[in-house]
Amino acid sequence: MSLGTVDPLFSNGVHVTLAILLIVIIKVVVGFAVIMGAVTIMIWFERKAISDMQSRIGPQRWGPFGLLQTLADGIKLFFKEDLIPGESDRFVFKLAPYLVLIPALITFSIVPVGGTVTVAGHVIDLQIANPPMGILVMLAMSGISVYGVILAGWASGSKYPLMSSVRASALMISYEAALGMTIVTVVLVTGSLSTHDIVTSQAHGVWHWNIIRLGLVPFVVFLISITAELNRPPFDVVEADSELVGGFNTEYSSLRFALFYLAEFMNTITMSAMIVTLFLGGPAGWVPNIPHVRWVFPILWFLVKTTGFAFGYVWFRAALPRFRYDQVMELGWKRLIPLSLGWMLIVAGFLIRPADGFAMAALVIVAWTLLSRAFELGVDRASGPGSLLPEVGGRPLPGYVIRAVSDATFDEGEES
Amino acid sequence: MSSWTDFFGGFKLTLAHIAKPKVTNSYPKVKRPKQPRQHGRHVLNRYEDGLEKCIGCELCAGVCPVNCIFVRGLDNPPDHPVSPGERYGYIYEINYLRCIHCDLCVEACPTQAITESKMFEFSFTNRADAIYTKAQLLVDDEGFPQRLPWEDWRPDEAAMTGGWMRATSPAGDATFEGIAQWSGDLGVGVRAPEAGQSEHRDDEATGSKQLRTVFSRHLQPDDVPLDQRGLQGLLKKIEERRPRRRAEEDN
Repeated sequence: MSLGTVDPLFSNGVHVTLAILLIVIIKVVVGFAVIMGAVTIMIWFERKAISDMQSRIGPQRWGPFGLLQTLADGIKLFFKEDLIPGESDRFVFKLAPYLVLIPALITFSIVPVGGTVTVAGHVIDLQIANPPMGILVMLAMSGISVYGVILAGWASGSKYPLMSSVRASALMISYEAALGMTIVTVVLVTGSLSTHDIVTSQAHGVWHWNIIRLGLVPFVVFLISITAELNRPPFDVVEADSELVGGFNTEYSSLRFALFYLAEFMNTITMSAMIVTLFLGGPAGWVPNIPHVRWVFPILWFLVKTTGFAFGYVWFRAALPRFRYDQVMELGWKRLIPLSLGWMLIVAGFLIRPADGFAMAALVIVAWTLLSRAFELGVDRASGPGSLLPEVGGRPLPGYVIRAVSDATFDEGEES
Repeated sequence: MSSWTDFFGGFKLTLAHIAKPKVTNSYPKVKRPKQPRQHGRHVLNRYEDGLEKCIGCELCAGVCPVNCIFVRGLDNPPDHPVSPGERYGYIYEINYLRCIHCDLCVEACPTQAITESKMFEFSFTNRADAIYTKAQLLVDDEGFPQRLPWEDWRPDEAAMTGGWMRATSPAGDATFEGIAQWSGDLGVGVRAPEAGQSEHRDDEATGSKQLRTVFSRHLQPDDVPLDQRGLQGLLKKIEERRPRRRAEEDN
C-alpha cells in the first residue's frame, strides 16, 4: 500500500502528450455516458422494484420490461412548456437546477469504479479524477448541491418550496456533521483523503474493509446520514409530497424539473458508490486468474455492491414511513452526532495505542450516559411533567399536553 | 408486545411482496371481466317487431342530474308509426362529455326504451362525436347496438345491454325476483332475469356469474364457495378457461 499515489498517467510528471489528453477526454466522456445510462436504469429500477414491493406491475410499455420508460419521460419533459413563475427571481430560478446537477456529476468523478487497465503502454486508473483532497470534494459538492435546493425553493417565490428549502438547509446542517465525522474515522485509518488510497487500503480481503475494520457503527451512521443528505425516504421531509406538494421543485417544469430529477437519482447512485468506496472496499473482491479479462472483475464487484445499496434505498422507501420533522432533527443532533463523534475518538485512540483506545471508550461511555441523562432532563423540562412552560392546550391522548414554545409569551401575558 | 425486531417488519413485508402475484394487470392487453350491471354507453331499444320503444316522454331528460339528455317528442305519423304509442322520440341526444352513467334515466324510463350497455371504453377527439344522436344510439335492424369507430366492444357484449333492467328484482319487491317484468327486445326476445338468490337463474342467457365467483380472488378464504377452493376450484377454472382460449385463438 503506497499512500499519496498520483494518477499513473502522470507518474513521470505532468507531460501532457496527445495520447494522454485523448485518454483523459475519453475517460470523461465515458464516465459521463456511464452515469447518464446508470441514471436511466436507476430510475427504471426504482420504479420497477417499488412496484414489485407494492404488488403493482410498474412501467412496462416502452422497451422490454419498460426499460425505455425513463427515455420516454425525458422526451416528454423536454417538450413541455417551461414555466417561470411571475413571483420568482428569474436568474436564481434558472441557476438552481445546475447548482444541483453539476455537483452530482462532479462527485461521481472521484469514485474509483475499478482497478487499472493498460492501453497502448499507458496505465489508466478506472477513475475520472483522483484529486489529493479526494473525499473532501464529495463533502464540498454535497454542500453546493444543497445551495441549489435552497435557492430553488427561495427563487420560486412560493411558500411550500420555501418551507422545503428551509428544511433542506436544516437537514444539511444536522446530518453533514455526522457525515463528516464518520468520514474522518475512515480518513484516520487510511491516512489519506484520496478515494483511490481509501480503496487500495481495503484491497487485501474482507477483513480489511472499513465496515469491519472500523466496527459497524460508522457505516450505519454514514448510511443514515447519507440517506438524509440525499433527501430520500424515510428522510424526505424536504420533498414530503403529502406536506409540501412536491417540495423545492414544485414550481419547476419541463427541462429544469428533469434536471432536478436527474440530479436526485444521480446522487443516489453516486452515494451508493461512495458507501461502497468508503466502507466496502470499492472494487475489491475475488478476481479469478484469467488473462486479459482480469480488469473486468473489479468493475463487476463494484457494480454488484453499488446495485445492492441502490436496492437498499428503494427498499427504505418502500418499507419505512417518513420521519416527522422534529424526529429527523432529534435523530441527527441527539443520536448521530454524539455517536459519530464518540466513535471517532475511540478509533483515534486505538490508532495510537490499544490502551488509549480503551481509555477513550470508557470516556465516551461516561459522556454518552451523561448526555442521555441531559437529553432526558431537557425533554422533561420542555414538555414532560416537570415542565416550567405554561400549558396552552391538549390533545385527546393520555398525558399529551401542548406547552408554549418558551416562557417568554407567558411573561408577556402577565405584564399586559 | 412490541420488540426491536418490529422495525424490520416493514422490510420483511415489502420483500415478501416481490414474490406475490400482482394485483394490477396491464390494462389494454389484459382486461378484467365486467360487472353484471356495469354502466356503459346507452342503447335505445326496439320491440321485437322493430318499432321503437321510446315514446318521447322526456322523463329521462327530466331525471338526468347533469342535463346531458335532450329529447323532443313528435306525434306518430298514422300510416308509418315509429313507436306503438301516440308519440315517439323525434330527437334523442346524449352528451357523453357530461354523462356520469348514473343510470337514473334507465330507472325513469316507463318503457325500458333506454338501457345501458357494458361498453365504457370509448373516446372521441371532438365535441360533435361526443354528442350521440338518436341514429347512433338506436339498435340496428338485428337488435344489436351500433359500433362506432371509436368504441371498443368486447366479444359477445352486444347482447348484454339492459343490466339494471334484468336485475334480480328491479321493482324492489323480493317476490318478483326472477320474474321478467319487461318487454322483449328486437333480436334478443325477452331478456332472462339476472341470477339472483332464487332458483330462477339462466346464466347462459344472461351471461352473468355469481358475484362470489367473479370476486373469489378478493374474498377472505372462508367466504370462497366450497367448489371454488383448492384443487377442485383450480380444475373448474381451467375448464372454464378452455373454451374462452379457443375463442380468442379463433379471433
